[in-house]
Amino acid sequence: MPDGLTLNKITSQKGIGISEAARRVADLGWTPSYVKEAMAFPTDYKISKAPRDPMKQVLRSYFPMQEEKDNRVYGALDAALRGDMFRNVEPRWIEWMKLFLAIIPFPEISAARSMATLGQLAPGDDLRTGFTMQMIDEFRHSTIQMNLKKWYMENYIDPAGFDITEKAFGKCYATTIGRQFGEAFLTGDAITASNIYLQVVAETAFTNTLFVAMPSEAARNGDYALPTVFLSVQSDESRHIGNGHSMLMSVLKEPDNHLLLERDIRYSFWQNHMIVDAAIGTIIEYGTKNRDKNKESYAELWHRWIFEDYYRTYMLPLEKYGIKIHHDDVHEAFDSIVKKNYVHKIAQFFSAGWWANFWRIEAMTERDFEWFESKYPGWYDEFGIWWENYAKLSKPGSVPITFADTGYVYPHRCWSSLVPCVIREDFQVDEVNGELFTYASEVDRWTHKEAFAGEYQGRPTPAMGRFSGRRQWEEVYDGWDLADAIQDMGFVRPDGKTLVAQPHLSFEEKDMWTLDHVRGHTIRSPLLALREMTPQQRQAHVEEYRKGFTIRRV
Amino acid sequence: MTMQEADTTAASAAAGAKVFPGSDSRRYNYFEPKGRKATHYEDVTVDVQPDPERYLLQNWIISFGDGTPTYSKDWTALKCTDWHGFRAPDQEWERTHYQRQSTIVGMIQNVVENARRAGAPQRFDKAWVAVLQNHVGAFKHAEYGLGTALMRAQRYGYTQMVNNAILTNASYKLRFAQDLTLYLAEVGSDIGGFDLDAGKAHWLDDPIWQPCREAVEHIRAATDFLEQYFAVNLVFEPLVGELFRSGFVMQVAAAQNDFSTPSVISAAEADYERNLANAVELFALLLHDAAHGQDNRTMLQSWFTHHAGLAVKAALQLQPLWSLPRVKAASFADAFERARNRVAAIGREIGIDADLPALPPVEVGQPAAPAAVSDAAAE
Repeated sequence: MPDGLTLNKITSQKGIGISEAARRVADLGWTPSYVKEAMAFPTDYKISKAPRDPMKQVLRSYFPMQEEKDNRVYGALDAALRGDMFRNVEPRWIEWMKLFLAIIPFPEISAARSMATLGQLAPGDDLRTGFTMQMIDEFRHSTIQMNLKKWYMENYIDPAGFDITEKAFGKCYATTIGRQFGEAFLTGDAITASNIYLQVVAETAFTNTLFVAMPSEAARNGDYALPTVFLSVQSDESRHIGNGHSMLMSVLKEPDNHLLLERDIRYSFWQNHMIVDAAIGTIIEYGTKNRDKNKESYAELWHRWIFEDYYRTYMLPLEKYGIKIHHDDVHEAFDSIVKKNYVHKIAQFFSAGWWANFWRIEAMTERDFEWFESKYPGWYDEFGIWWENYAKLSKPGSVPITFADTGYVYPHRCWSSLVPCVIREDFQVDEVNGELFTYASEVDRWTHKEAFAGEYQGRPTPAMGRFSGRRQWEEVYDGWDLADAIQDMGFVRPDGKTLVAQPHLSFEEKDMWTLDHVRGHTIRSPLLALREMTPQQRQAHVEEYRKGFTIRRV
Repeated sequence: MTMQEADTTAASAAAGAKVFPGSDSRRYNYFEPKGRKATHYEDVTVDVQPDPERYLLQNWIISFGDGTPTYSKDWTALKCTDWHGFRAPDQEWERTHYQRQSTIVGMIQNVVENARRAGAPQRFDKAWVAVLQNHVGAFKHAEYGLGTALMRAQRYGYTQMVNNAILTNASYKLRFAQDLTLYLAEVGSDIGGFDLDAGKAHWLDDPIWQPCREAVEHIRAATDFLEQYFAVNLVFEPLVGELFRSGFVMQVAAAQNDFSTPSVISAAEADYERNLANAVELFALLLHDAAHGQDNRTMLQSWFTHHAGLAVKAALQLQPLWSLPRVKAASFADAFERARNRVAAIGREIGIDADLPALPPVEVGQPAAPAAVSDAAAE
């Protein structure tokens, strides 16, 4: 056989080129003439230019490619079991997966739903295949992640927390933060939600920390399953980033949209930072046993993925189209991680409320202290004693650390991001529609009061979403005994008394906390207390809160 | 001594390494499986989309500008005592979906490659080539229109199970529209003078296709997502989709020397069987709802009247197509009668009256009307 001649070359038929195929497929659409389709999804944006498909893909090449990716994922899961992965995996890591995997399938499927929105709003049919693939991708991500979680539940030493996962997602103070992320993909102004918040910011910027940085840490903890699933998920994201950029270019063409774009990029970037960095920063830094000083810290990862890759090469160039970019927010987000210890304060909060979790958090140890100190100089002075206290109070019968005399002040919660207001000096208070609210920062205050409103800088914005529901978990359980709240949430093991959450990784029954160990302490909502204060008391409280606190040794 | 100081952690983190409260709780325990044990589909699907009745302690936390929450039961006129009761009979989740779609894509590619390698398209009867170019080419737009309607509809269901069934339905429809498009482009390249733009021209202007386009546009324009799902699967598909695919193309093609087109089309017939099963299960559930069944029946009956009127008109207008092939292997009257029986049987299955009048004898065997758009490839 001559060189270069293959069976495929002999037998294959001349097909049509990919550009021609994409063009033919895009020509399937038409403008209806018998009945006009009502625009089902509200937006204040004007879109007249049809977005182009940058990938030029068709479904017949997509399905086999995805099937092949799936085969590799499921083959790897089987191989991990045959290789006895769970014998060597770090429980500290897998415990955090109970939280992470309770949250993430909902944002994924929300993204699938939001493709309905973009499919209808985008003029023309060129990008329809891109949106279709993204819709099916997100369906893939949601169910493949539910499958991974089931796999952990079946094979990891402590399945409690995985077994109640979707119920826990609806009840937990931390998962509501994830729900703010997911609901934001598909509720309110359709372009704000599905294009800017989801595609332009969450997928283009923050999936790098979610789906690339986190799997690396998983592998360092003996978990080969998470990288297998999530790097496969991330391989779909480039398609979504392309969809988002193409749609953004269409939206940009209309000068009337520029004000809304400035608003939405600002809100989306800041809220993604608040939510994703809180969750993923904590999981990467505090869910790991690996303390290799040569690896990048979350702050370093953030600088690489978000600051260099996203801000400098994606956000900044938008200025040439006339979009105002809030550079100060990006710098402030980075400073909050490297100078204001945002991630460490969030981890402290998660551990302060460990009893309300449905996963275990173990105390940091000397090895951890050393690593933190080398990566974040000054860490021990601010957080070392906290974790030493946490270790001391991890034995059942101790006072739950939240109520121990440590000097810790339970934080207010941000009405916008739902993350606690842990950077005390940035704490904000304001009134909206005559009611008092608390915020983690000035941008969060702006998000609620100015961005999520029916008017923005004098321009009517009826399509913009509104914050709703019982947004603060502490308000729901204000005045409840800890034990009753835990029971109400269902975060109790099948014996009816042992807590799902534990402040340690002991698997001995004698070491495990039960409802009786936490009974007698009452949950209080800081916001309700603040609202009950006189203006003078409130002013004093805010000033005191902004001063922060110092942890004492118990 | 603290827990961290004591060596109480297990040597292995594998299941069964220690026994303690909850150590054997290895099933999702927050939903009732439909059968004795949860299926894999149920495990990865149920309750991923929560709601205030099932676990959302803090309710939906973002609303639309008018106060509508992230998901609302008011997005359909149909009511259900328990939206969570629905399980899709096809039990599709991501892996099974890709496996099935990929198998279909591979099957079609094999058939088409073999046919082309054997020079089959050049041996298609010339009159049949015109049918492929103009009418199969037009029909691909109907499939696409239904796919886009379903893609929009998958946003609105109150549970993950409802929405995912609609999502996979959209995926199947959009794939099939593309299958037809690319198939025609490829076999067309083997046939001299095949006009790939003719299908769309017929779809937009040929009187034969206008009632069909009208019916599809009515489905696309429906604002109730379950009306769309109902109209696609319980009305349009049996009365027009199957009529054209099975009742015409698949029966007639072989006699025109065409063995490849029926293979491509057959994928859509198999897709439809699954989508129909899902839709019948959902609408049967809604019609058997103790509290809302009667109101749902009234609503479905009115949707049926509206969409069946359009679909029957569309079907009757397609009648001349049966006269176009040189070899007459099937009759419109037989195909329409099968469609009529099919839709009536589907109606009985869910509990609505879907009996349609039989064709008046005068309409049977009418000669084909001339096509409005030129059949260049046949000349």
